[in-house]
Amino acid sequence: MTPIATTRSTAGLPTGTLGVWWLLGSEIVIFGGLLCSYIMHRLSHDWWSAEAAHTNVYIGLTNTFVLLTSSLFAVLAHAAAQRGDGKLAARRLWYTIAGGGMFLCIKAAEWTIEISNGMTISSSSFWSFYYTAAGIHASHVIAGMIAMAVVAMDAAKGKFLHRVENAGIYWHFVDLVWIFLFPLLYIAK
Amino acid sequence: MAHAVDHAPAHDDHGHHEQSFFMKYMWSTDHKMIAMQYMFTGMLMAMLGGFFAYVFRMQNAFPGMAVPGFGLVTPADYNMLVTNHGTIMIFWVAMPVLVAAFGNFLIPLMVGCDDMVFPKLNRLSYQIFLLSAIVLIAGFFVPGGGFGGAWTAYPPLSAVGVYNLTPMGSSFWVLAVALEFVAFLLGGINFITTSMNSRAPGMKLYDIPIVVWTIVIASVLFMCSVGPLIAGAIMLLFDQNIGTGFFNPAMGGDPVLWQHLFWFFGHPEVYVVLLPTLGIVAEIICVFSRKKLFAYQTVLYTMFGTGILSFTVWAHHQFISGIDPRMANVFTITTLLISVPIAEMLFVYIATLYKGSITLSTPMLWALGFIATFLIGGVTGIYLGTAGSDIYFHDTYFVLAHFHYTFFPIAIIGTYAGVTYWYPKMFGRMLDETLGKIHFWLTFIPFNCIFIPLFFLGLWGEHRRIYSYELFDELWKYQGIRQFATVALVVMLAAQAIFIWNFFKSLWSGPIAGPNPYNANTLEWQCPSPPPHGNFAELPTVYRPPYEYSHPDRKEDFWPQNSPV
Amino acid sequence: MSDHAHAAHADHGDAAAHEKHYWKIWLVLLVLLGISFAGPFLEIRVITMVTAFGIAVVKAWLVAKHFMHVTAQPKFVMYLMGTCLVFMLLFFAGTAPDVMEHEGANWTKPNPHGVIPERALHPEAHH
Repeated sequence: MTPIATTRSTAGLPTGTLGVWWLLGSEIVIFGGLLCSYIMHRLSHDWWSAEAAHTNVYIGLTNTFVLLTSSLFAVLAHAAAQRGDGKLAARRLWYTIAGGGMFLCIKAAEWTIEISNGMTISSSSFWSFYYTAAGIHASHVIAGMIAMAVVAMDAAKGKFLHRVENAGIYWHFVDLVWIFLFPLLYIAK
Repeated sequence: MAHAVDHAPAHDDHGHHEQSFFMKYMWSTDHKMIAMQYMFTGMLMAMLGGFFAYVFRMQNAFPGMAVPGFGLVTPADYNMLVTNHGTIMIFWVAMPVLVAAFGNFLIPLMVGCDDMVFPKLNRLSYQIFLLSAIVLIAGFFVPGGGFGGAWTAYPPLSAVGVYNLTPMGSSFWVLAVALEFVAFLLGGINFITTSMNSRAPGMKLYDIPIVVWTIVIASVLFMCSVGPLIAGAIMLLFDQNIGTGFFNPAMGGDPVLWQHLFWFFGHPEVYVVLLPTLGIVAEIICVFSRKKLFAYQTVLYTMFGTGILSFTVWAHHQFISGIDPRMANVFTITTLLISVPIAEMLFVYIATLYKGSITLSTPMLWALGFIATFLIGGVTGIYLGTAGSDIYFHDTYFVLAHFHYTFFPIAIIGTYAGVTYWYPKMFGRMLDETLGKIHFWLTFIPFNCIFIPLFFLGLWGEHRRIYSYELFDELWKYQGIRQFATVALVVMLAAQAIFIWNFFKSLWSGPIAGPNPYNANTLEWQCPSPPPHGNFAELPTVYRPPYEYSHPDRKEDFWPQNSPV
Repeated sequence: MSDHAHAAHADHGDAAAHEKHYWKIWLVLLVLLGISFAGPFLEIRVITMVTAFGIAVVKAWLVAKHFMHVTAQPKFVMYLMGTCLVFMLLFFAGTAPDVMEHEGANWTKPNPHGVIPERALHPEAHH
């Protein structure tokens, strides 16, 4: 049963959405702390650019494209949910989840190539940061996919349509983090 | 709103069916039950932390003696006890009791709603917290023993098994701390969202009781500061277990990075636990001096200012870590600045007391005790915040005594103030006042007897975290002072039995409290004691600010927030 | 859903227009992605920095504004996100002077060149 507290919205937006925004605030500082540490090291170690030269920019580009597109479907699902079309919203959410799955597959292939070429997490501090940052991001992708699967199954039955937007906001944030990881890890050599 | 329609009718089944023991006490989503879970877990952990303090203080005062109840203390044991005393008292006592227990219990009652906005998330938060406590304690029993690299866990000592000799224990420790952070992130989001979104109709921002504000601001501070350390904990776990080099300069990392990640969280954390205590003290002082809180809005802005400033002071813990001296200047200035708003808060409390009709009840004694002792803690902090003098004081018993003069008032005195004040609301019965006062004096006096001598030991150059001073001739002559402090500690710990006796005796046989034993204004006193599931028979509407005591136009000296006239 | 947050979205007749708008933003994002990919090929360091990070900021803002609707939320949402970012700048400012320093008057970090992997010193040999 849901308490009355959950149904109030004194602050001007629904509790679920408000909770997601605060969650994102806490995520900003988690990734912020990690990426700030990365940038400090990157700026003070010239030899990192030689290490960064080994990252595959084409794979990074493909993955950025996949995530941006999945984000598009998340916001389209939100548009469908707003119209009250739960079935369409659910279908678009599944496209988003498929995008997340594709992202993870590409990532797995990329890491396999890199690890088999001898660039493991303990090779040097660049690769430690590379795998840790992308790994924490990937764990957020997985969490977002699970959350969206739950929301999509409810939405298909027309239930809890307001959650489509909340799951979407979280997914866009995961996308945002990748937008910064892409130049940091792949482009700035 | 579409949202509300999805969930109606929301309130149909409270109190209708008897819940099983498991559902009621272990799997409950009720905010009051979760608050109790946090409180009792925190108190059990406090006993453990207190026991650790007893063991290492005994070794400190009587080196080589078999400590009754523990046995011989080896140097490794000593390090492990000191480390985990600190860790437990901050992360598993102060945080769960002050923020989580009082936050859970008070926020829905004080803002006038029936539960937290995310009850299941709340339950999950406690379960993760419990798991973190289990992981921490399990870490004491793994091969090599519990982690002994101090509660700040500086690498390389914490990162390299060959240095700390507890390769498994240190990973358990980091994992436990990281889990605990996740638990409080979930809890904090709940507190913030509940107070933002679910206030009773009519409750505007300036009608929120100060203690709710303080817990919310504390949660925001926690949320904004803990992120880098969560990332840091993952980095440290990787350094320990899979050979990365984040904090290893030989691999291109930097050990000072951990110190920054840790203290960027660690210093706001002081204010995370301080603020709820300041709020509790404000509530008690207003009720027991029958006066309006002096300068409510100024207090509020001061707290926001303190919160923001608390993010700018962290490197004063690192003055001798080889940090950039220019930055040390900056951090000295910000550290001295932050004493201004805190001093202002104490002045506000004194101004509230001024010309009030003061009742020296047990909660009031604790509140006044907080002001007196925290003042000493704050003033001695000035010496440590200044880079020049800190170079001499760093890592001496002066730091230790200063730290305990801030954290003991916050975590122990603040908790006792809150528990004795809200006990009637929590359990429906009054505590015994005489026992309460005996307990207060037997805690307050020995506390000062423990730590005032330690200030002087620190001034004379005694370094902390030393197993035995037998071999230091110039320090060994002060052994009598160490023994005095240890005896005071034993007296203080023994006195806690009075509280436990009082607590459980009153639970069964204390006088029935009634809904509002103190004639207080805030909403939690306007519902039955203890509040039933769903809290209020009819959810209240708020008409006025929370501290309208002794209003000249009224016959009674209090004016409940929800009273229409 | 929230009438405050999405006043602009309330009208169902606009739905198709909104979806078109989302597709347009997606196209803009892809063009920006292409530019940030092409930047390094000019091999001018400054341009690479601008196309990499300047465009990342623009892309992030487009996603936040048009997909997350951050500007349509109550104001405090923006303040919250901004505050978290400012705190990270603060963290960077306080930490970078130490972490980026490799030697001082009485100390030096172990020479990183002693541990740089062979492939970082001779990248061409491994391509």
